[in-house]
Formats: sequence, structure tokens, C-alpha cells
Amino acid sequence: MRLRDSQLCAMWIYYVHCGYTDAVKTEAESMLPLPAATFHILVALADEDRHGYAVIKDVAARTGGALKLSPGTLYRSMDRMVEQGLIRETSSRLARDMDDERRRYYRITPFGREVARAESRRLAKMLDLARARGLAPRRA
Amino acid sequence: MRIYRLLLRLYPASFRADYGDEMEAIVRMHLRDARGAARLAVWFDVLFETITNAPAVHWDILEQDVRYTFRTLDRARGFALTAILVTALGVGANTAAFSVADFVLLRPLPFGDPDALVRVCEGPRTGGGWGCMNELSPANYRDLEALSSSFEAMGAFTVGAVNLAGIGEPRRLQITPVTPEVLPLLGVMPFLGRVFEARADDRSAAVISYGLWQSQFGGDPSVLGRTVHLDGVPHTIIGVMPRAFYFPNRGVQLWTALTFRDEDYADRTNTFIQAVARLKPGVTFERARADLDVIAARLARDYPATNAETGVSFFRMRENMSPRFRLMLTALAGASLCLLILTCANLANLLLARAAARERELAVRAALGAGRERLLRQLITESVILTLAGGAAGLLVANAAVPLFASLVPDTLPIAAQPRLDLRVVGFAALFTSLTALGFGLFPAIRAGRAVAVDALREGARAGGGARQRLRAVLVTVEVTMSVILLITSGLLIRAVWRVQAIDPGFTPQNVVALDIALPRPKYDRPQQRVEFYDRVLERVRALPGVQSAAFTSGLPMVVTGLVTAITIPGRPAPSSRREVVSHRWITPHYFTTMGIPIRRGRDVDDGDRGDRAWVAVVSASFAERYWPGQDPIGRTFRHLDDTRTVVGVVGDVRVRGLERISEPQMYLPAAQAPDGMPGGFDPRELVIRHSDHGNAPVPAVRQIVRSIDADQPISNVRSMEDVVAGETASRRGQLQVLGVFAVVAILLSAVGIYGLLAYTVSQRSQEIGVRLALGADPARVGRMILADGMRLAVFGIVPGVVGAYAAARGMSALLFGVAPGDPATFAAAVGVALLTALAGTLVPAWRALRLTPMSVLRAE
Repeated sequence: MRLRDSQLCAMWIYYVHCGYTDAVKTEAESMLPLPAATFHILVALADEDRHGYAVIKDVAARTGGALKLSPGTLYRSMDRMVEQGLIRETSSRLARDMDDERRRYYRITPFGREVARAESRRLAKMLDLARARGLAPRRA
Repeated sequence: MRIYRLLLRLYPASFRADYGDEMEAIVRMHLRDARGAARLAVWFDVLFETITNAPAVHWDILEQDVRYTFRTLDRARGFALTAILVTALGVGANTAAFSVADFVLLRPLPFGDPDALVRVCEGPRTGGGWGCMNELSPANYRDLEALSSSFEAMGAFTVGAVNLAGIGEPRRLQITPVTPEVLPLLGVMPFLGRVFEARADDRSAAVISYGLWQSQFGGDPSVLGRTVHLDGVPHTIIGVMPRAFYFPNRGVQLWTALTFRDEDYADRTNTFIQAVARLKPGVTFERARADLDVIAARLARDYPATNAETGVSFFRMRENMSPRFRLMLTALAGASLCLLILTCANLANLLLARAAARERELAVRAALGAGRERLLRQLITESVILTLAGGAAGLLVANAAVPLFASLVPDTLPIAAQPRLDLRVVGFAALFTSLTALGFGLFPAIRAGRAVAVDALREGARAGGGARQRLRAVLVTVEVTMSVILLITSGLLIRAVWRVQAIDPGFTPQNVVALDIALPRPKYDRPQQRVEFYDRVLERVRALPGVQSAAFTSGLPMVVTGLVTAITIPGRPAPSSRREVVSHRWITPHYFTTMGIPIRRGRDVDDGDRGDRAWVAVVSASFAERYWPGQDPIGRTFRHLDDTRTVVGVVGDVRVRGLERISEPQMYLPAAQAPDGMPGGFDPRELVIRHSDHGNAPVPAVRQIVRSIDADQPISNVRSMEDVVAGETASRRGQLQVLGVFAVVAILLSAVGIYGLLAYTVSQRSQEIGVRLALGADPARVGRMILADGMRLAVFGIVPGVVGAYAAARGMSALLFGVAPGDPATFAAAVGVALLTALAGTLVPAWRALRLTPMSVLRAE
């Protein structure tokens, strides 16, 4: 099936020939900036599948206790992230503690990884800007 | 943990089902790791986050549902558009109709404590009639005010018109002279300045309306203290009333001070004022009426010569309107309620049909783990979005429809010409349709939640049970019933309008234009001055190209409905009753030719009928018949005021009071033979012109002529006599337009309903029909079966519709102008239309059934 122009333009990836002079934006970039909780959950799931409580603990450990996700915030974010295709539920059981049949494990999707990378790039760029003005310490 | 489980209930059930256990486990871990005060902190955190997070989750789900709804509705555009249109129609028509009905019949008038405001006039002792039957005389007013104990305050006013000069183009204005009590007792503060006080210098003061302030003074705040000339007399503006202030009706733009001279009290039949009063707190309307009746009886005893037959006409200010308006609006509200029921039935039908189509989808979703609560939520969101869209479109419909109702707002009430949309009514109609949408929209979800929904997944299962089909059939018959009621009642009203329009007004209104050129007193106090003015104007107007004839009269028929007087016939006892009066007009020659009133005998008033010649009169046929039955009236004499007049001509009768009212016999007197000292209200002031052009062509030239004769003389109220006659039926036609639209929409909707139901039945029964055909059934018989189904629906709807319409017609028989409430022709026509529409709705499904072949059915399976 051939897509009509209007359909093409309505898609996430759009091009200058649709009448936009804007830079080409990918689907991942269109989701930026990410809410803090979403980014931290993606980071927590980057290296292994985890269940909710493990995500909370990982985030707390990595931020030195500065960000304590509450169960409500966590599952609300994860529910939305599943919907957005950033993470998905998985049936494999990798974590050791609190592992019982009822626990639900989550895994980052390739798209989720792409979005997390895009967000990291965005944050890095911002940091570079701040450094250039002396607002942030120079790279070690 | 029980507490936490209770807190979890704040989350949507689907979210709780998905994550409740996990969340509970996490909280348990947190508690396990904490000791002492830290446990308290955990609980505090848990409480806080639940309260903030749970609404957010609800919002997330709503967002999802809204997105989903838009996707599903986008796939079912036909359904969505129809549902929105139907809702818009129901909500819109009802909002408009009830806004107007509420505005005219129910809403408090825009005065302080308006329920205590009453009007007092004279009327027959026996009662009856509506509104102000006859004005009061100052003497009777003074006694009523002094003797009654029911009123906190009472004031008198009268109505009139003046020429306003001194600012811009001279203008003719409706004014109301009021006594100082009137404006304060209405309980409205002036927007600027003050109102009248009982001081000598206020006698030449004026209070103006907001509208006049804007149009004539550009809203200039320094208007106070400025002088305007009213009929040449200087008046100082002391106040501006607020925008929504109308008294005694919306035409009045200026108020002056009403004062009485001693001689005004001399004659109790000198009636020219009306009274307005405010009831004392705690005094009921009925008690005040009894109080006034006692006073009227006492005055009748004390002044038998003048007051023997004089009573009081006493009414609430709210109720100063013809009972016909009340009935028209009630009928309209009833009709819009019919339409609302019909649209709700139609919406329910649409939703049920859609429910049947979606049963499989919902069953699949339920099977995939979507909880019943989740499905319900989804369907509620869908219904709410449909209704909101329909409601919003309904507001547009209502906004467009309200001006249609403008002719149904009586101008006797002190309210604006058009209501604003009433949000309460919008809310009511929206609620009604939402309930329908919810009720029938949830139907499939409730079914899908049950175990039986699994049936829907079975291959080839027929969606929808017999109960639902029956319910849909009932809904369709309700639609037919409502449309038959609307068809019949509007049919009857159409016949009534035809009857009224067929009435001969007694004159030929085509190509006659009328202009109001009222000569101000005292500038034109002497009859001779006025006659000179008329002669000069008429001579030049008649010379204008296209003008066939022109004349002046003291009042246009159907515009000035009063101007009645008593006469005496030599040899006959003086009329004992106030009822035996005749309508009289002062005219210039050629009035009858101009108006197209036929001269039956004798001659017209002519230029020779001057003050120094024999005083003459032209009378109408009914006048001659009343006083000289069966005799030749020409040459007969009668006395009017103190003069004897001879009848020189007889003309046809004119419907002076309007097409639907009984008029008094008429008498026409030459303007040149008016007695000295006659009040200005009787002066010929309407210039009527018969011309050969269409429209108001000669008007600019006439303005030029009048300005060249008297530069200060305004011309107002230019109107064609055709418009005047059309105005007689304007409110009827306004009502009919609305009802007619309702009826057409109703009949279309019910046809759609019948079509939808039968088309669905045929598609559902195609298997059965196919089998029958395969077994050798006659296709024509199958077609007849579908046709019979449709006709049965129609007949089941028509029978109660006819009964309902007859009941409705009896209730509004006062509007039918003699058309019988059971008029067979109208009933037959309406039933015929309903049957034909039902037939039209049946034909396509029946044709489809006829085209079914066993093979096509098998292929579809």
C-alpha cells in the first residue's frame, strides 16, 4: 500500500519535503525530555531484568538515596512505559532476592534503549553548554 | 497491611489488579526494613503518595480511553456522526424551546423582588380578559391608592410618543410619563444619575434608557444635565436606566414626570393612566384583589353615574401577556419534549445496534484479560465523549434556533426581545441524553462481563438476543409515536394558520406603505394648522411618480387597535353599556382608495368637508347594520361628542383589532372637521401611500417633502401594510416553523429507525432466509414478511400517536382557530405520511431479502 503524503507527514519521522524546515527528528527524540522517574527506570533496567522493588532499590542506590521511587509512582510510570513500548514484562526470572512466582519482571526494549541513549545525549549536550559558561565543573 | 489494601482501593480496579500485589509487597518490605519512628515515616509516605498518585493513574487511564475512543469512533464514522447529530438535535431544540419558554413564562422579571409587583387598571366588574382592560381615571386612581391597605407603594404611568429634537435627526420616541413613586418601587437603581422626586423642577426632567443613551448620545457620561426637546418642550436629563431595564415594555426609551392638574380629577370617565404597585410583605395577591374589589364596590356606590359598571383589572406584572402566548409556548415545550424523547430513543437504538456489532470485539478483549471495570470505563468514556460532542453541537443548534423563537416573546412584557441561552436548560437536556447514552452504551459491557459473552466468540454466532431486538422494536415504535404526534399537531396548526391568513382584512395591503408623521402639540394645536400641513404634504406626495393615492389617518388598522368612542342616535336611548362603542378614525380624503377599502354606498370624505360646512361621517357596513338595520343609512344623523354628524357614505368593514379578534363597527370622520381642543392622540398621523412600485420606494422622496415643509418634523415607523397584516400571523408562523422542523426531523428519524432495525434483522436472519429459499420458499413471500414487519412497527407506533395527538390537540384547541382537534383530513394526511415513511424505510431491507440466494448466504458464512 502506498502511503498518502498526509499520512507520511503525520508519522513520527518527518522530512523537509513535507513543508517542515525543522531538523529531522526521530521517534525516540520526539519523546524527550523524559520524566526523571522514566529515565531512572530505563537505566535500572539497562543491564538486567528487574522487578519493581529491585528497580526502587537500584535507583535509590545509584542516586545515593536522593531519589526514592514510591510504589505508586513506579507502577504508574512502568504502566505508561509499557504502553509506550519502552519496556515490557518478561517471563524470565533472573533476580535472586524476593523471587517468587508472583513477581513481575520488566525488560528494557530496543526502543527503550534508544530513547535512554537519546536522553543521555540530550543531558550531555546540556552539560556541555553549562561547562562552556563555567556553570559546571570541567571534565576530569 | 489491611490499611494499605484499603488505600489501594483509591486506584482504578484494573491498575489494582495489575500491580496491587506488587505494590503491597514493596510496602511490606519497606516496613520490614524500618524500625520505630521510621515505620511512621513509611506510613506517612505511603499515604501521601497514594493520595497524589491515584488520581494521576485515573487520569492516565482516561487519556488512554479517550485515545482509544477516538480511534474506534474514527473507524465507525457513520455511527459517530449520526449519534452526534441526533444528540445535537435533541439538546439543541430543547435548549432553545425551553430557554424561550422559561424566559417568557417562568423567569422572574428583572426588577427587585419582582413577585410582589402588580398592575392595576380598570375593567368590567364581572372580570375576565387579560392584562390592562381599560385605563384608570386620575380620580379613581387617587381613591384606590388612598383606600387600599395592601400596597407598599403605588404609582401611575401612561404611555405616549413624542418627537425628540435638538440632537441629530429628529426622532419619534415612545415615552412613559411616570409619577415619582413608579421607578423606585420597581426596585431598580439608575445606571447614571437619579430618578424623579416629588419636586417642582422635576416636572421638566427626563430619564433615558440605556439604549437611547448609547444610540443618541454615544454613551457620553456627561449626558446628565443636558437638555432635549420633546415635542418642542425642553427637558433636562437627570438619569440613565440600566441596560436590561424595560418599563412598561421594551419599546419605551424615555421617562418623564407625570403630574395631574386639578381638572384631571374632575371626570371619572377621563381614563388615561395605568397603575403599578408593590404588595406589602406578607400580603398575598388574592388578598390584595379582595381589598381592591371592596374599594371598587364602594366607589360604585359613591359614584353610580360613572362607576356603576367599573371594576378593577388586577394582575401580576409577570402575567401581562395574551393567554395565547402561554399556550403557544407550552405547546412548543411539549413538542420539543416529544423530540427529546424521540432523539433519545433514536440514540438508544443506534447504541444498541452498535453494541450488537461490537459484542465480539468486547468478548475478545474480555477474554484477553480486560476486566469488566476496564471495559465499562472504556464504554463510559465513549458515551461521554459522544454526548459531549453532541451537546456542544447542540449548543450551536440552540444558538441558531433561538432567533426563530423571537416572534414568540410577547412585547407586552418588560423583558428583552430575545432570551440568552439558558445554561440550566442546556445542562438538563445534556443530562437526559447522557443518561440515555450511558444506559444504552453500557449495555454491551455488562453483557461482555458475563460468562455468556463467550457465546459471542463462537464462530458464526449471531450477535444480539431476542430481548434486545424487542427492545429495539419498542424504541422504534416510540419514535413513530412521537413523530405522529408532532406531524398531526403541526398539521392542525398549519390549517389554523391557513384559516387565519384566508381572513379578509377588509383592505388591500399590497403596495401600501405607511409612515408615522405625528404633529407635536402645542406647535400644531389648531385644527387649521394641521389641515394645512396635511394638504401641503399630500399635494406634493400625490405628485410623486408611481404614487397612486395618499391620505392621512389617525390610526392604522391592526396597529392602533383601540381608539373607540361612544355615539348617540337621536330617538334612541343613550347606550347604557360601555361595550356599545365604535372604532373611530380621523382621515383626509382618498383614505379608502389608498387603503383599498370598498365604498359600498354614498361617497368618500372630500375636500369640501371643511369645518364651515355640514359635519359628516362615513361609517362601516356593520355600523349601519347596528344602528339602522335594514334601512338606508345615507343621510341619517348621530351625535358624537357635542356635534351632530350626517352619514354620507358606507364602506366595507375592516379588521381593526386584528385578524383573529372581533372588531367594533367603524366610523370615519374628516380631519378638517375635528373640534377644537381635541387631544393630540386623535390627530391623523399615519401617512398611507398606495404606489405602483414594490417595496417602500417613495419613502426617501416623502422624507424630503416633509423636511422642506417642517424641518423639525420626524418620520418614524415606516412599514408596508403587507408587513402589518403578516405581523398578525407572525407568532403563529414562528411557532409553526419550529414545529414543522421538529415534525420533519421526527419523521426522518423514525424512518431511519425503522430502516436500521429492519436492515439489521435482515442481515441477522439472512441464514434463516437463505435456508427457507433453499427449501423452496417463494422470494416474494419473504419480501412480504419483511414488509409486514416494518408496517407492524409503524402501526404499533401510529395508534398511540393518534391518541396522543388528539389529546394534545384538545389541550391547544384555543390555538386552532376553529379547526376541530380531531380534524379527519389532518389526521389522515399525517397517518399517511407516517405510513409512507415507514414503507420507505422498509423497502431497502425487503429488497435485500429478496435478492438473497442460498448460495450468497453460504458464501457469506
